[in-house]
Amino acid sequence: MKGKKERTRLESRELLSMYRDMVRIRDFEEACPRLYSQGKMGGFLHLYSGQEAVGVGVAHAIHPHDYMIAAYREHGLILAKGAHPNAVMAELFGKATGCSRGKGGSMHMFDPDIRFMGGYGIVGGHLPLAVGLAFSITYQGGDEVVVCLFGDGATNQGVFHEAMNMAALYQVPVVFICENNGYGIGTSVIRASAMESLYKKSCAYETPGLKIDGMDVLEVYEAVREAVQRAREGGGPTYIEAITYRFRGHSISDPGTYRSEQEKKIWRERDPIPNFSAWLQAENHATAEEIASIESEEKSVVAEAIRFAEESADPGPDELWTDVYVE
Amino acid sequence: MAEITCREALNQAMHEEMARDDRIFILGEDVGLYEGSFKVTKGLLARFGDRRVVDTPISEAGIVGLACGAAMIGLRPIAELMTVNFSIVAMDQIMNHVAVARYMFGGRVKVPLVIRAPGGAGHQLGAQHSHSLEPIFLHCPGLRVIVPSVPADAKGLLKSAIRSDDPIMFLEHEGIYGVKGEVPDGDYTIPLGVADIKRPGGDVTLITLSRMVYVCLEAAKQLAAAGIEAEVVDLRGLNPLDMVTVLDSVRKTRRAITVEESWLTGGWGGEVAARIMEEAFDSLDAPVLRVGCADVPMPYNKKLEKAAIPDVARVIARVREIV
Repeated sequence: MKGKKERTRLESRELLSMYRDMVRIRDFEEACPRLYSQGKMGGFLHLYSGQEAVGVGVAHAIHPHDYMIAAYREHGLILAKGAHPNAVMAELFGKATGCSRGKGGSMHMFDPDIRFMGGYGIVGGHLPLAVGLAFSITYQGGDEVVVCLFGDGATNQGVFHEAMNMAALYQVPVVFICENNGYGIGTSVIRASAMESLYKKSCAYETPGLKIDGMDVLEVYEAVREAVQRAREGGGPTYIEAITYRFRGHSISDPGTYRSEQEKKIWRERDPIPNFSAWLQAENHATAEEIASIESEEKSVVAEAIRFAEESADPGPDELWTDVYVE
Repeated sequence: MAEITCREALNQAMHEEMARDDRIFILGEDVGLYEGSFKVTKGLLARFGDRRVVDTPISEAGIVGLACGAAMIGLRPIAELMTVNFSIVAMDQIMNHVAVARYMFGGRVKVPLVIRAPGGAGHQLGAQHSHSLEPIFLHCPGLRVIVPSVPADAKGLLKSAIRSDDPIMFLEHEGIYGVKGEVPDGDYTIPLGVADIKRPGGDVTLITLSRMVYVCLEAAKQLAAAGIEAEVVDLRGLNPLDMVTVLDSVRKTRRAITVEESWLTGGWGGEVAARIMEEAFDSLDAPVLRVGCADVPMPYNKKLEKAAIPDVARVIARVREIV
């Protein structure tokens, strides 16, 4: 983290709230592999560890009434947006108390109450939906903004380009945020995209594109805040590429042989959480005791989420047939 | 009652519904300034403006995805795909997003969206522009599949579809747009999932929809001259599938033939035939037969194309096998 005190005007309270969210996400995610191996969860499990600065920076840069929509590495994002950890953990357990009532799972978290409009499992598939959400806002005269998060792999999909084009054409309030963690499963960005600088892809659509350090929560916050403000004022979409890294594999079953130990070590040293913690203390936003207290409290939050999920009931057998149709 | 074409009936339905509800908007390729490639959206841009009638780029996945997102937070889009052939480009949006969103998110969202798509064969448009994809959408839970044949149905069904809270594939055969028929005056709707007996008869049931309704009616007329009374059941859609009307008819006639323009193999006729055998096997005096498009990519040559698409002669020939 850069050391300049004047790099943010945020109050200590907000900064500590960011820190708390990042710690919560990391603890939540790091609890999952053990629960998965115990058979408490099924399906895929794409963990967010390492990318917390992106999700938390974004979530703090928007209003509660703004919309977020995301791909399938979204546990951390829905938590950052404000979902109760109990409901997210219960969803991973497939329980009726889950945020998608046990029918979505890891990839399909949803909570309209906090305007988290879903996690989606087809790479790039939700980008046109994000444009539609933003279109709806404009149509209804609202002042909300949509933030749409996706991975580097999505930028090679056809719908990425359709969505970027339509968002710019209609000048709708959407901010596209590419979490470039370097790999689409096991294929590195340079082996998948003819243009390595993914942020430049927006130039085809006359849309501002910028690259930021996705390991620095304050840099994410500032960039997204500016883009969101422009969108809210009718200035149309922005495309942000946040450079980040996932500390775990693509999913729980990823052997991870395609990344060198050296590379992982370099990125581990850039871990957004201890770096932010050190900065908060160096800049006198928090004492070591306050940091420790947050970390301890969040451990309890995750423990409580696991307890809640364990004790919740499965959906009833009738739930198999509900919600296919409204009528 | 007024006599109008299917094209005009569909157009009236959209005019009336858009006037009734500001949340309804239309988007698609050439739906506005050009007034639709089949002129079904004629006059809508002039009346409702470009906020509510939105020309799009040629981006079918983008169109359907935008409509899905808009529907999730309060709008009621009508997305026109220029033809159903292009729905294949948008199939990920339709099957992986529109159809599943409500279920996948535990019923916490609804997607009130109508996807209108003209389709069908018969104009020498070759293998990429002649599809009847009803069976593909029938296969996918979460989608309603509505298919009109006559102007009165076209109007009443489209109005119901627009008012429904579920995503609907509204499939219009290009060959019916110019067909005229009586349409009731004033505001009326036809419930989704209710078949209509287009011609009563006691000897055999012809189960059909879309343009094949006309083929079946002509076949029934010719059969009547030979003393065979065919009952023509127009399903008017495949989901909801009105098996009550079908089974009532089959129990009366004891013989059934499905007639569709989709490919025979994997067509909807197989599904209907299976259900008849499951539910009314003892009522049958003959096997349920199927008539469908030849299992080939549609050829361009006029004679070959004609040979691929079911016609009156083929329907009559199959009736003769069991009556």
